[in-house]
Amino acid sequence: MSAQERFERLATLPMRSFTPERRGVTSMWKQVSEVIDHRQLLWLLTRRDLQVRYRGSVLGFLWTLIKPLILLATYYVILGQVLGAARGIENFGIYVFSGLTIYMLFSESLGAAAGSIVGNGGLVKKIYLPREIFPLAAIGGAIFMFSMQLLVLVGAVVIGGEWPPAQGLLYFFPSVLLILVYVTGIGLLLSALNVYLRDVQYITEILLTLMMWGSPIVYSWQMVRGVLDRFQLPAWLLEVYTNNPLTLAVLGFHRSLWSGGTEADYPTDLALRMGIAGVIGVIFLLCAHWAFQRMQSNLAQEL
Amino acid sequence: MTPTVEPPEVVRVEDVHKTFVVRKDNSLKDRAVAFGRHRQHRQNFTAINGVSLSIYAGTTVGLLGANGSGKSTLLKMIGGILSPDDGTVTTRGRLAALLELGAGFHPELSGRENVYLNAAILGLSRAETDERYDEIVRFSGIGEFIDNEVKFYSSGMYMRLAFAVAVHTDPDILLVDEVLAVGDEAFQRKCMDKIRSFQREGRTIILVSHSAGQIAELCDTTFVLHNGEVVHEGDVREGLAVMRDIMEGRRIGESVEEERAQRSQSAAERALTVTRIETLTTDGRTSAAFFPGEPMILRIHVRASAPLAEWTTGFSIDNSTGQMVLASNTDRLDAVLPPIEPGEHFMDYRIDALHLGPGEFFINANTSPTIDVDTHVLWQGARFRMKGGEGNLGVVDAQIGVAAPRV
Repeated sequence: MSAQERFERLATLPMRSFTPERRGVTSMWKQVSEVIDHRQLLWLLTRRDLQVRYRGSVLGFLWTLIKPLILLATYYVILGQVLGAARGIENFGIYVFSGLTIYMLFSESLGAAAGSIVGNGGLVKKIYLPREIFPLAAIGGAIFMFSMQLLVLVGAVVIGGEWPPAQGLLYFFPSVLLILVYVTGIGLLLSALNVYLRDVQYITEILLTLMMWGSPIVYSWQMVRGVLDRFQLPAWLLEVYTNNPLTLAVLGFHRSLWSGGTEADYPTDLALRMGIAGVIGVIFLLCAHWAFQRMQSNLAQEL
Repeated sequence: MTPTVEPPEVVRVEDVHKTFVVRKDNSLKDRAVAFGRHRQHRQNFTAINGVSLSIYAGTTVGLLGANGSGKSTLLKMIGGILSPDDGTVTTRGRLAALLELGAGFHPELSGRENVYLNAAILGLSRAETDERYDEIVRFSGIGEFIDNEVKFYSSGMYMRLAFAVAVHTDPDILLVDEVLAVGDEAFQRKCMDKIRSFQREGRTIILVSHSAGQIAELCDTTFVLHNGEVVHEGDVREGLAVMRDIMEGRRIGESVEEERAQRSQSAAERALTVTRIETLTTDGRTSAAFFPGEPMILRIHVRASAPLAEWTTGFSIDNSTGQMVLASNTDRLDAVLPPIEPGEHFMDYRIDALHLGPGEFFINANTSPTIDVDTHVLWQGARFRMKGGEGNLGVVDAQIGVAAPRV
């Protein structure tokens, strides 16, 4: 291209600014469309994280399965058989593994997203990119690991021949979506906050461990109800416990892949609860993105 | 004949301010401890203070300034990496930044994977990268190693590959931060050639460099920043003079004024002017490259407008950052120059052995009828390169040996 042609082309382009305007739906949409423009990069970054993760190890991607399988074995033996949690739960292996699979999507996403901007500091400081893509790429990597575990889980269900009722499958995608909406919102917030306060990453790890025990993965929802009844605690406590999006997603996941459940194993109106949590999640995601935009203008200098 | 188009404005910076808060605490504990005496742990630092400038397409702009003057901050704001606190920065066209090469490289990935990743970071689509891939590899000179992981690359190879990717992204505006000095001499020449062809293609280059040599060689215009403000814009030579004032702690613009005054004085009014500086080898050939320890003849051409019974000259040699490394004059050397008639003359300094370290050097020369009165200076009238330097780095050259260690 000659200099003249370049000048002519440039003269027709509008002057634009990188600084996102502080408010307004248009600026948010602008950011989103910019992320969409960078989808190829998003894909490459996701792939890079995955490629790098197990490079040089003999077992490679098998490691994505080894960790949850070991966890599964531990919980199955210790909690299920030794401590007797399995007594009230049919088909305990599938029960734990399906809960763990959806929980791992949640925890891997947040764990990776929290450190994503600090980890890519070199890039953030050197070049303009919509910063959202770093937490998003981290979540992308977690989705991949989730799919691997899901394959094993579905395989186990097929081999075991224990099919849950078909209408339960309707809960599958809403559960995953629910997790993804929350994970994206929280992940955006954590990734930016972590730049200002590195403790965020460690706090996240602790909270994630707590959340695992705070949702019906290795015990059942019914047990929680029983315990609350026994100690005569107010009913709203059960509501708080149940309506936490992670619990809802785990319950939905059980419903779609675990054959052992009866109506009594699930709270009433699970679908409605998930719907409400989804709507709140979307609103939360919008707020989180707004907060992310406010924080991102100073990210490069804080790193 | 195509009608010529006015080069459009590609970068507009309007009244931009940027203040950094320097905080000394970065963890929750620090902050909890410091809570209440918040102030002590914060310090404001104004990096950019009300800068406005416009850059037009097709120009090569040098941003000059001492360390901490805000030039890199300004470049980062143009690149969108930092947002201004106040004011606006707008640009148009595709922008690529050569800010610290290889920022997007991952050591565990192969050269090929890194090319695709880095190209995507710089805004190229996969199809575009496919198209340019061979050219990128050819330019980098990495050859068969392209499928090795980059952690096995030498730092030179790493830089070459990164530079190759960056220059093949077809940017309209290229931001360069101190990175042109990569690789060996052959590759540096290649980089310079690429920059030249960028200039011919009407691309805009914004360059931050400490090297006066690079700025003088490449730029059409400069902005000099000092304490976050633009203190000079326009002419490159004057910009470099302003830089020299800043470095030497003089009043800004002092030497520019001197130079302007000199220029406004017609040659006829002036008794003596330096017209040209040459560097020669002992057998009288002009040469712009010397090895340490070699002799050098430094020839200063002057024009006299009147017969002079006595006259003096002096010279100084600066390195590429503008620091003086060597200077002398006829007065110091107790040399008396013979009377001259009006017309062109020259005199030689003979440096028996040049003990300068590797790099680029510039020669300034001055002349006057009597020492330090009505001096005419030719700034950067010649430049030369010191080769070699395998044994040592730095401005000077020395013979260094290693004695057997006592065990």
